[in-house]
Amino acid sequence: MNDDEMKLRVTPIGNGTVIDHIPAGQALNVLKILGIDRTTEATISVLMNVASRRSGRKDVVKVEDRELKEEEVNKISLIAPGATINIIRDRKVVEKRTVDIPDLIVGVLRCPNPSCISNTSEPIKSHLLVKSKNPVVLRCVYCEQTIVENIADYLL
Amino acid sequence: MFAKRHVISMREFSRDEIDSVLDLAESLEPSARGGRCEALRGKILALLFFEPSTRTRLSFETAMMRLGGKTLNLGPAEGSAMAKGESLADTIRVIGAYADALVIRHPKEGSARLASQFSPVPVLNAGDGAGHHPTQTLLDLYTIRKESSLDDLKIALVGDLKYGRTVHSLAYALALYGAEITLVSPPTLEMPDRIKADLAGNGTIVRETHALDDVLGEVDVLYITRIQKERFPDPYEYQKVARSYRIGTENLEGARDRLIIMHPLPRVDEIEPEVDETRHAVYFRQSFYGVPVRMALLKMLVGDGLE
Repeated sequence: MNDDEMKLRVTPIGNGTVIDHIPAGQALNVLKILGIDRTTEATISVLMNVASRRSGRKDVVKVEDRELKEEEVNKISLIAPGATINIIRDRKVVEKRTVDIPDLIVGVLRCPNPSCISNTSEPIKSHLLVKSKNPVVLRCVYCEQTIVENIADYLL
Repeated sequence: MFAKRHVISMREFSRDEIDSVLDLAESLEPSARGGRCEALRGKILALLFFEPSTRTRLSFETAMMRLGGKTLNLGPAEGSAMAKGESLADTIRVIGAYADALVIRHPKEGSARLASQFSPVPVLNAGDGAGHHPTQTLLDLYTIRKESSLDDLKIALVGDLKYGRTVHSLAYALALYGAEITLVSPPTLEMPDRIKADLAGNGTIVRETHALDDVLGEVDVLYITRIQKERFPDPYEYQKVARSYRIGTENLEGARDRLIIMHPLPRVDEIEPEVDETRHAVYFRQSFYGVPVRMALLKMLVGDGLE
């Protein structure tokens, strides 16, 4: 597929955020992390398995009329470390940035340990410390269980 | 040297901090044996045991009383507000307002960390599920220092090294002292790879074997833990394993003169009673050392710290 065909599929957005270079298959998890669900009123475009020069196949998410904040977007780095964020105003890219894994991840993933106090009805959010960014190694602040793989399985 | 507000996990202790606890415990030992001490007079320690415990609870209670303080006991959890559905966080906030420090044992892992976030006063973790039990590790280290030596130590950790996370905390702490650690367990209860990797990454020498007799003549300390029956689907398999790790006097013939045998207790049949009479047996003294060590922690957290 060439660039023209690509443009025919989804038109550029006027204002909002384009999240590009999401690993193929992870677009829906990205929406989940961003808290974008059926209650949203924004126009969302989701492209899955499109051709990419960099990685063969990729997913793209476009969120119209909403500029995602850095701390919101950084959470997606857990499953899409190579993603790029484009902020669009009046059809122009006014800001382009990469995502960076934060040092502490709060309320995004549940601890995989079923006996962990963070998996009960206590008034706390899950807290996972980032011990290593590449590869991603997380450790629960409460029970100290580590998460090293299948991170998307633990999305809240 | 010791600026902690809570004692939750051994992972948070540096070697200097451990040493300062052990030093203070040593100086408090005469009071732990009944000498007069009023360091925490007028202070109250609340004991919140949501799981049964005998020695840990009584040892904390003794420690507080030996320091001249008083204790409060939360009754059985089912009789308290928790049974009505109150969160642990709320219970901690309420009782934290009555006492000068809290000791908590709770079946959920990470519960002590949660308690420390909601408590207005210091929290000491007395065991959170299969999680941490830092005062046990500190009293183990104190025992080794008193009865053997933490320098150039060769130690064998024996038994269930997979699920017994207090053994994991002890192994991490021993690594701070450059100990040479031999892991002795049945194949199904070996120490998890990630912990072995952590230890090796710190430059600790870790050996592994399934045969206790291989190491008996080479170590200064044998640290025995209980192998739990319920870990084995087949009772025959359990019997086979349990027998192979039982210590009797006949096993100790090739042992070093100064070998000490430790056990966190309660023991079932890992150590035969005739071993109790040998010079190697220190497990009952080990249990007593929980008192001066817990006194030291209470004094540091509740009292004026180090003088």
